Amino acid sequence: MSKKDTGAIKQTSKAGIAGIYVVLGILAITIIVPIAWVFLASLKENEQFYGSPWTLPNGLHFENFVQAWTEAEMGSYMLNSVIVTALGILLLIVISLPAAYVLARFKFKSSKFWNILFMAGLFINVNYIVVPIFLMLVDADTFLRQTFGNGFFLNNLFVLALIYASTALPFTIYLLSGYFKSLAKDYEEAAYVDGAGYFRTMVQVIFPMAKPSIITIILFNFLSFWNEYIISMTMLTKAELKTLPVGLMNLMAAQRSAVQYGRMYAGLVIVMVPTLILYMCVQKQLTEGMTVGGLKG
Amino acid sequence: MERNKGRGRFITCCLAPAVILFFIFMIYPTIDVFRMSMFKWGGYTADKTFVGFSNFATLFKSDKFYSAFQNTVLLIVVVTIVTFALALIFAAILTREKIKGQNFFRIIFYIPNILSVVVISAVFSAIYKPENGLLNSILGLFGIGEVSWLGSSKIVMYSLIIAMVWQAIGYYMVMYMASMANVSESVYESASLEGAGKIKQFFSLTLPLIWTNIRTTLTFFIISTINMSFLFVKAMTQGNPNGSSHVFLSYMYQEAYTNSSYGYGMAIGSVVFIFSFALAGIINAVTKREEIEF
Repeated sequence: MSKKDTGAIKQTSKAGIAGIYVVLGILAITIIVPIAWVFLASLKENEQFYGSPWTLPNGLHFENFVQAWTEAEMGSYMLNSVIVTALGILLLIVISLPAAYVLARFKFKSSKFWNILFMAGLFINVNYIVVPIFLMLVDADTFLRQTFGNGFFLNNLFVLALIYASTALPFTIYLLSGYFKSLAKDYEEAAYVDGAGYFRTMVQVIFPMAKPSIITIILFNFLSFWNEYIISMTMLTKAELKTLPVGLMNLMAAQRSAVQYGRMYAGLVIVMVPTLILYMCVQKQLTEGMTVGGLKG
Repeated sequence: MERNKGRGRFITCCLAPAVILFFIFMIYPTIDVFRMSMFKWGGYTADKTFVGFSNFATLFKSDKFYSAFQNTVLLIVVVTIVTFALALIFAAILTREKIKGQNFFRIIFYIPNILSVVVISAVFSAIYKPENGLLNSILGLFGIGEVSWLGSSKIVMYSLIIAMVWQAIGYYMVMYMASMANVSESVYESASLEGAGKIKQFFSLTLPLIWTNIRTTLTFFIISTINMSFLFVKAMTQGNPNGSSHVFLSYMYQEAYTNSSYGYGMAIGSVVFIFSFALAGIINAVTKREEIEF
């Protein structure tokens, strides 16, 4: 709005600049205040939640965190989340790197077909197909139970990680092959002349160059795997296997009936803090990584 | 010859794992959505009956479906327009004006995008709490009485819109800042020599020059809004009050998973697929412009 008021003149007037700061400031406040409030609320006593929301905690009630961590089991959910996220990223990298490389740099009979197919995958959202995936795994488990006596696919952190990795493939391949396409052919030719095979060329020459893109992929997928909850909630039904966001959903539901606010906000902080720490460390790469897709090279 | 054989094997080995997983976890379930929409099936039992298009017939007579449809369209239209307008304006201000603390604003605005939707929902539940939520306690200072942000079927969609815009705006702003920064300064200099004001520059230079970027992001944003609205509804309202805040996917999930009418749920799923592809196609066609370069 303030831009409109001052647009007619070449140099934005002082009032215009002030207006811009006010608008930017308000937007910043709407982001900072609720998050800061959650951090404060996580230290409050339960009784404090019935009065004005703007009071400061009447002491540092770290027992909220202890309760969230142990009684609400956020500690073990954290471990599950770490396992799923790490496994998912590892699988994704190992599977997508060679595929993206081949799709970007090799011409063969069906290469166009695969490129288009993976591009089409960009339009399939996981949440459109979460129920069919679930039932597919139910079927597989029923079959396994009849033949071997126990199931494998549901309630399995590894399978969840595999689903995460598989459904992240189209975007990751799109991003990586964009980078691989920008490289000069000379790299491979030189390596072949030196007697390196396809595999060695790929692993030792090409992959090290793709490091910045790989880091971008790790960052984006860390956030999406860590924060994901629909698939996790559907595929993991056993209480002890829940991931953090699903655990937080439980805390939110419990808070409605048992009114344990402090514990819920402590849980909220536990879910938030790892992503916030990561963000502080890598915000530059994260906000700049958005342009890596096509512009890098 | 020997080398060619190795080449084929190498290509196969690199591609096979990705292709197999892609087929199992994306292509097959997608086909399944369409196939099972023709069946009457609870999901867990063996008896499936082929019923043709009767699930769709039921669907198009259902008020709940139309309510979910309406809500989805409302969210897509309002969230997209508000988010894009604000993101573009803020990005233009932060790149074009000499603002102190530019970096600070960029870092802050991006934060909502790194949080889980569950976290955002919990935060907004605190904001929207009727008795002593953050929003009502501020409104109370101006003499506005308790508003039931999530409890009233008239307001709940707008409360969701606010949360969704809050979440999305920073990401798109940072993205447009990156593409606006690529527009060379000399373009603006010659424009202001010709007497073009800031607003005129924004509409006749900045927007056309990053149009390709806007177009791609718009298509993906609309598709992702269908998905994000599901995440928000699931964590924030569960479709309440009285099922009035359901969107496409939350309604599908409820029917297919919770209510165990899988075939019917997949009929909804098919509609969602067709709807989002059609929408992407329309957006793509409508936003087509000749590319401008300077």
